[in-house]
Amino acid sequence: MHTKNTDTKGTGALRLYCHYLSIILRSKMQYKKSFFMISLGSFFASFTVFLSVFFMFRRFSHVKGYTFQEVLLCYSIVLMSFSLAEICARGLESFPGMVRRGEFDRVMLRPRSLLLQILGTQLDIERFTRVLQAVVILVYAVTASGIRWTPLKIATVVFMLAGGCTLFSGIFLIQAALSFFFLDGLEFTNIFTFGLNEHGKYPVDIYGKGVLWVLTFIIPFALVQYYPLLYVLGRREEIRYAFLPFAAALFLIPCYLLWRCGVRHYKSSGS
Amino acid sequence: MKKYISYFRMWLVMGLQYRAAAFGGIVTQFFWGFMEIAAMHAFHESNPAAYPMTMEATCSYIWFQQAFIAMLSARLFDGQILDSVRSGDIAYELCRPVGIYDMWFSRSTASRLSAAGLRCIPILLVAVFLPKSYRLSAPAGLPQFFFFLLTLALAVLVAVSFIMLIYISGLYTVSSDGLRRLCSSLMDFLTGAYIPLPFFPGTIRRMLELLPFASMQNVPLRVYSGDLAGAAMYRALLLQIFWLAAMVMIGKILCRNAERKLMIQGG
Repeated sequence: MHTKNTDTKGTGALRLYCHYLSIILRSKMQYKKSFFMISLGSFFASFTVFLSVFFMFRRFSHVKGYTFQEVLLCYSIVLMSFSLAEICARGLESFPGMVRRGEFDRVMLRPRSLLLQILGTQLDIERFTRVLQAVVILVYAVTASGIRWTPLKIATVVFMLAGGCTLFSGIFLIQAALSFFFLDGLEFTNIFTFGLNEHGKYPVDIYGKGVLWVLTFIIPFALVQYYPLLYVLGRREEIRYAFLPFAAALFLIPCYLLWRCGVRHYKSSGS
Repeated sequence: MKKYISYFRMWLVMGLQYRAAAFGGIVTQFFWGFMEIAAMHAFHESNPAAYPMTMEATCSYIWFQQAFIAMLSARLFDGQILDSVRSGDIAYELCRPVGIYDMWFSRSTASRLSAAGLRCIPILLVAVFLPKSYRLSAPAGLPQFFFFLLTLALAVLVAVSFIMLIYISGLYTVSSDGLRRLCSSLMDFLTGAYIPLPFFPGTIRRMLELLPFASMQNVPLRVYSGDLAGAAMYRALLLQIFWLAAMVMIGKILCRNAERKLMIQGG
């Protein structure tokens, strides 16, 4: 980059990130057919999940007191926050490979933020079809669920989305950081990314008390999904339930610390 | 035939080396199975009358599905085979006095068996000792167990013969990437990986049961618990044989056709 570095650090970083994104987008547009197929494939990946929820509710009509529309509200919020996090954090997801191949050395040599460079390596824009689908389902669920919407309830939905995005990004960051110590991605950590996206389609209390406890105190997923949902559905009146996603966002702090610790311990794999 | 058996053995032993990957897989599959059964319990409690299977049959269905996922999944591809088509390395394979189809077939079957062999025993062992509502129960009877093994073997072969068609499509289009991505989740859905086929609405279910995807998981997993028995089971078994024969035949014809006019683009 030979742009003059007169502007503040923040806007420079943003400009660099946008530059990265434009490169990725342009290169993807070289393979339009493949882009189209992958977008459609990622649409089907979540659409089939939607269909199975639909078939289950046609048969059972409700689960633990939740109606179809209420579950869809939950499902669309989780799907949207996960897909948005996945689109942006795709670079973190493939980071273990970068460490294994020794490519991270090159990243460290450049005088720019490490995370910025890693996030800028990839952008899974093909997954926008999932976000689109989540928007459609969310709109349907919002209108058909029979909830009496107040400004705070609308805000709660936004908090859930933002909190979910933050939480998933944090988990992706942990996944990436672990590869410093294990030189490889740990497959079981997918439980907390794909697993939470997949099983988070239902409010997590249907899985029983144990799961709810883990998802409250270990990985605070219930703070962005279950508790605020209770407030939105009018099952709980306490206003603090609406603000719990902010508590979940604090999860990002230990994730970032682990990442920093990993960077400090990094030894090149040498290849 | 002997050379394909040694290919089979080679890839079997090779696959058994990846123990760490298998351990990660076991933990993930176990968690997945547990969450799925928990959700099924929730639906069962909400409306027991609408539940189409027994709870024990659901548990054994889900545990076997998780234990054998590497063996039965319609979307697990051998990256090296795909790469060899893309990179042109397939030229080396073509120089050898072996048939591409038979070699890939034995290789895919072997790597599936070894991947599942490493994963299934710990999962099934733990599943047997779980509390009653989550437990993997004993088979419905000795004959059912025999038919379970038979349909399971056929299911692996049907899955491989289908995967072969995807590999072969790569010979025609260079990269089968797009097609693969497009189909993979759809195939998962149709095999009954998201919800078992009995949970689908009537007409859709009857249609799906005729497709080759039903032969890949649905049949053996339901035979074990006696959920699929009698005349329906024999019909399913014949359908498995039919799909296996049909897809192997189509695969072989397409493969021979492609081999004849294959172009290696350098590499």
